[in-house]
Amino acid sequence: MTRRELLKSGFKVISIALAGGFVWKMASKNDYKVFLRPPGALDEAKFSSKCIKCALCVKACPYDTLKLAKFGDNMTVGTPYFTPREIPCYMCEDIPCVPACPTGALDSSLVSKDDKLDANSIRVGVAVVDMQNCVAYWGIQCDACYRACPLLDKAIYLEYKRNDRTAKHAFLLPVVDAAFCTGCGKCEHACITKKAAIFVLPREVALGEVGDNYVKGWEKDGDSKLQNADTSVKLQEKKAINYLNSEEF
Amino acid sequence: MKINIIRRISQVAILLFFILGNLGILPILKGDLSSSMLFGKIPLSDPFAVLQIYLATFSINSVAITGALIIFLVYALVAPRAFCAWVCPINLITDFAYFIRKKLSYSKDRNFLNIPKSFRYYFLALSLILSFVLSMPAFENISFIGVVQRGIIFTNSVAIGVIFAIFVFDTFIVDRGICSRICPLGAFYAVIGKFSLIRVEHIAQNCTKCMDCKVVCPEVDVLKMVGKNDGFVASECISCGRCVDICQHNALNFSIKNNKEG
Ligand code: SF4
Ligand code: SF4
Ligand code: SF4
Ligand code: SF4
Ligand code: SF4
Repeated sequence: MTRRELLKSGFKVISIALAGGFVWKMASKNDYKVFLRPPGALDEAKFSSKCIKCALCVKACPYDTLKLAKFGDNMTVGTPYFTPREIPCYMCEDIPCVPACPTGALDSSLVSKDDKLDANSIRVGVAVVDMQNCVAYWGIQCDACYRACPLLDKAIYLEYKRNDRTAKHAFLLPVVDAAFCTGCGKCEHACITKKAAIFVLPREVALGEVGDNYVKGWEKDGDSKLQNADTSVKLQEKKAINYLNSEEF
Repeated sequence: MKINIIRRISQVAILLFFILGNLGILPILKGDLSSSMLFGKIPLSDPFAVLQIYLATFSINSVAITGALIIFLVYALVAPRAFCAWVCPINLITDFAYFIRKKLSYSKDRNFLNIPKSFRYYFLALSLILSFVLSMPAFENISFIGVVQRGIIFTNSVAIGVIFAIFVFDTFIVDRGICSRICPLGAFYAVIGKFSLIRVEHIAQNCTKCMDCKVVCPEVDVLKMVGKNDGFVASECISCGRCVDICQHNALNFSIKNNKEG
């Protein structure tokens, strides 16, 4: 083998190994991460198939909140997301990111009230408090998240409770009301703990769902949800009788 | 000036316009090659991406559809696969890979893999079918073109690895692998460019059969009439004009193809 040929095949082997290693690393990467979509995003499956990955929403955001997923980020490459701990959504009144979207992956009707864009109807996620690590739940005074919330006293309110340990102080506990929380993440951004003790999760991750069989009878129209309820479900009487007759009883 | 140089300028300038537009320095183009706004008013969208999204969701905003129609008409009317040679940044990588391959005289080596040129058309069909079946834009979600163009336009370093992988694939694994065998976007533009007007025309009378053109053409099959009869290249031609540049005998030139006669 001549020197030139040796260099040639060496170059070839090294290049293929490097490129192969890179592809391998990217393909086998799996760090789990929950991500939040921009305001007005359709539900996750619909959103990721409708987004054309143009970054027009990213560029429309005046706060650099939104980022495009990079190759290896563990979500559909090129789709926009944001990390509130770094930069929260500032809930712009005119929500510029939404009308910028050419495909309708961000749907303005989801963030409108009476046909007008309304930042308070943004629902990018919902904040959750980690009671173990929130220092307010330890009895130490902190209301950073409460103060940071743009819907102060609605999305986050403080609950007062007697602190039995000291017997002369009160707990001022931050509590999130999912009915108002937009998921903007200003609380997560402001939280004073090392890793935020209040953080935003996608609503479908954080919230439960009650079936038609539970009704708030004390609320006006509380039973309106029964209109479409499935009435074909029949009680299994036998089952109850058998249960009463079983030995354990 | 050589056509090849003008085309390099075009490839780089478009990326630069995007970079400057997105930084807000030069308000001409905003967005990226998937979808963008020209002068903040005219929407432009990749018609192949929009088609996949449409098949996946059966609903899409009129802005994206308008943008896709504009781009569709431009490429369908102007020159076959003009996107490949004049816009797409992947072409910069694969042309460089080919150059290195030639420099190292690998061209005679056997390919690691043998991928037929028709593969891209199957891949194109499969991308569309899968978009419909899986309800997601199948090729868009794995598009190396998307990763690279976004990587360049929005400067992220992960794309360097992808660029290197494409380079290695074309240099050492398959000769002209990405652009003339695999890429379904190139195949898409070849299909919609079937009736495009500007084509390379061969005049057999001037040809000395030196075969220089066949050496430089990335899609040699389109030059099969060279030295034999007059004619226009097929729509797989990427309209790079290399052959026009190299032909010393004025046998190849861009001209207007009248589709009724041809
Ligand atoms: S509402 Fe404003 S801050 Fe929030 S993502 Fe959209 S543009 Fe950015
Ligand atoms: S503007 Fe719409 S299509 Fe473009 S990246 Fe944002 S969500 Fe996706
Ligand atoms: S900012 Fe963090 S630590 Fe302070 S009250 Fe809110 S959640 Fe608790
Ligand atoms: S370069 Fe020109 S003269 Fe030579 S074979 Fe091609 S068309 Fe004929
Ligand atoms: S025929 Fe000419 S213009 Fe077309 S791809 Fe080949 S070299 Fe380029």
